[in-house]
Amino acid sequence: MEIASHDMHPEAGLPTAMQQAQGAKPRISIRNLNFHYGETHALKNVSIDFPDRQTTAMIGPSGCGKSTLLRVLNRMYDLYPGQRAEGEVMMGGENLIAPGMDLNKLRRRVGMVFQKPTPFPKSIYENVLFGVRLHERLSKAEADERVEWALTRAALWGEVKDRLHSSATGLSGGQQQRLCIARSIAVRPDVLLLDEPTSALDPISTLKIEELVDELKQDFCIVIVTHNMQQAGRCADQVAFFYLGELVEAGPSSQIFTAPRERKTQEYITGRFG
Amino acid sequence: MPDEPKHIVSSFEAELKKLRDMIATMGGLVERAVADASTALMNHAPEIAARVIENDIQINAEQHNVEQFAVRLLALRQPVADDLRHVIQALKVVTDLERIGDYAANIAKRSIVINQVASNFPLAGLGQMALMVQQNLKASIDTVGEADPQKAISVWRADQMVDDLYNTIFRELITYMMEDARNISACTHLMFIAKNLERIGDHTTNIAELTYYAITGETLPDFRPKGDHTSNYIHGASN
Repeated sequence: MEIASHDMHPEAGLPTAMQQAQGAKPRISIRNLNFHYGETHALKNVSIDFPDRQTTAMIGPSGCGKSTLLRVLNRMYDLYPGQRAEGEVMMGGENLIAPGMDLNKLRRRVGMVFQKPTPFPKSIYENVLFGVRLHERLSKAEADERVEWALTRAALWGEVKDRLHSSATGLSGGQQQRLCIARSIAVRPDVLLLDEPTSALDPISTLKIEELVDELKQDFCIVIVTHNMQQAGRCADQVAFFYLGELVEAGPSSQIFTAPRERKTQEYITGRFG
Repeated sequence: MPDEPKHIVSSFEAELKKLRDMIATMGGLVERAVADASTALMNHAPEIAARVIENDIQINAEQHNVEQFAVRLLALRQPVADDLRHVIQALKVVTDLERIGDYAANIAKRSIVINQVASNFPLAGLGQMALMVQQNLKASIDTVGEADPQKAISVWRADQMVDDLYNTIFRELITYMMEDARNISACTHLMFIAKNLERIGDHTTNIAELTYYAITGETLPDFRPKGDHTSNYIHGASN
C-alpha cells in the first residue's frame, strides 16, 4: 500500500492550540452503535465523538463495554463468530463497521496497543517494521529512517539505538510497551487505541507512557481504556464513562472529575459503587 | 450525605465524616464566640468578653487542625467530584470561620472599652443586628453538613437584612456624634463593632456560597446586592 505523502496526518503541522481554540473536530464519530456477543447486548445505542489530536479516556467497571468499543474501532470482533455491530462508526467519510470495509486498510489507520506488552520474538528493529512491511515496500534507508522515527516518537530511541538488532524480549516491561507503541505508530495510523496500556507496568514506566500519550496526541487521535481514574485525569482531554453497555456521560476531564453531571458517574469515580 | 451510597473504602468514608465533624466543632466554637461577644456588649459583662478573647486561640488551633487533615486527605485519597468539592469547601470555610472568630474577639475587646467609657449608651440596634448575624451564622454552618442547595441560597440572601441594619446603625451613630462630641469615643467603637458584625455577615454568606458549590459543583452568581452603602456616605448629601 502506498502512503500518499510523508505527512502521516492530513492536517499535520496545524498548531494544536489553534485547533483546540476552534473546537477539535471529530476523527471518529459514532452514532447509535449497538454490539452483540451472541445473546449479550454489550453496547447499547452509543453515540460519541473522538476528537482529532486529543486523548479520550474510557472508564467504567469491568464489563461496561469500554473494551468492546475499542475492539469495534478496529473490527477486532470480526475474528470471532456470533459477534455483530450495528450503527455508524464514521472515520474519514467511511463507516468502519460496514461489510465492505477493507480490514487491512482499516487496521493500518487504527493502531492498537494491549494491556500486556506483546513484542514478537524478533529483533527490536523487526518488531517496529512488522506492520509496515505488510503495507509498504521500503528501501533499507527508508526502513532505517522509519524505525528511528517510530522509536523516537515512542520515547525509546535513546535507550535502544545501540541494540536495534537484539531481541525485543530482552527489554523491560515498560520498554516493551513503548516498543509496541512504536510498532503501532510505525504504520502512521490516524487513530491510536490503548487498552489499559500501563496496567502491567511499574509507576515510573507508567508515567513515561503517560508522557508519551501526551506527546503523541499532537499527531494522533488517541483513545485509551483505563481502570486508573487518576490516569484518566492526567492523560485525557475527554473522559467517557460507560456502565452496563451504555455511555452514561462524556465530557472534558476537568468537568467529569470536579462536577460530573450524572449521579452514576459521581458514584463510580468517587468509589461509591455497588 | 445521608442519601448518598457509601464509599467502598469505609476508612475514606470515615475520614470525610471526620472532616465534616471537625468543621461542625469549629463552627460551634465560632458561634459561641459571636454569641458571647454580643452578650458581653449588651450585658456589660467584661468577664465574658475576656473569655471570648482567650478562646480565639482555640479557634485558630481548630483551623490549623482542619487544614492539616484536609491536606492529608488530598494527598492520600486524591478525592474527585463531590468528595473533592467538600474538601475544598472545608479548606475555605475554616478561613471564613477563623476570620469570624477574630471579629468576635475584636467586638469583645471593644465591649470592655465601651463599658468603661459609656455604659449607658443605647444599644438596641446593635443587639438586633448581632441577633440576626448569629441566626444567619448558625444556619450557614448547619448547611455545611447538609445536601440542600436551596437552604444555602436562603442563607446567602438573608445577609441583605444585616446590611440594611448596618446602614441604619451607621447613620444613627453619626447623629449621636454630631449631637455631642463627647460621644465620639464610644460611637467610634460602636461603629467598629457594627462593621465587625457586618463583616461576619459577609463571611457567613461566603460559607453558604461554598456549601452551594460543594453540593452542586456550580458557583453562585455574583449578583447578590452588596448592602453596605456607608463607604459612599457623605453627611448632608442626599444618599
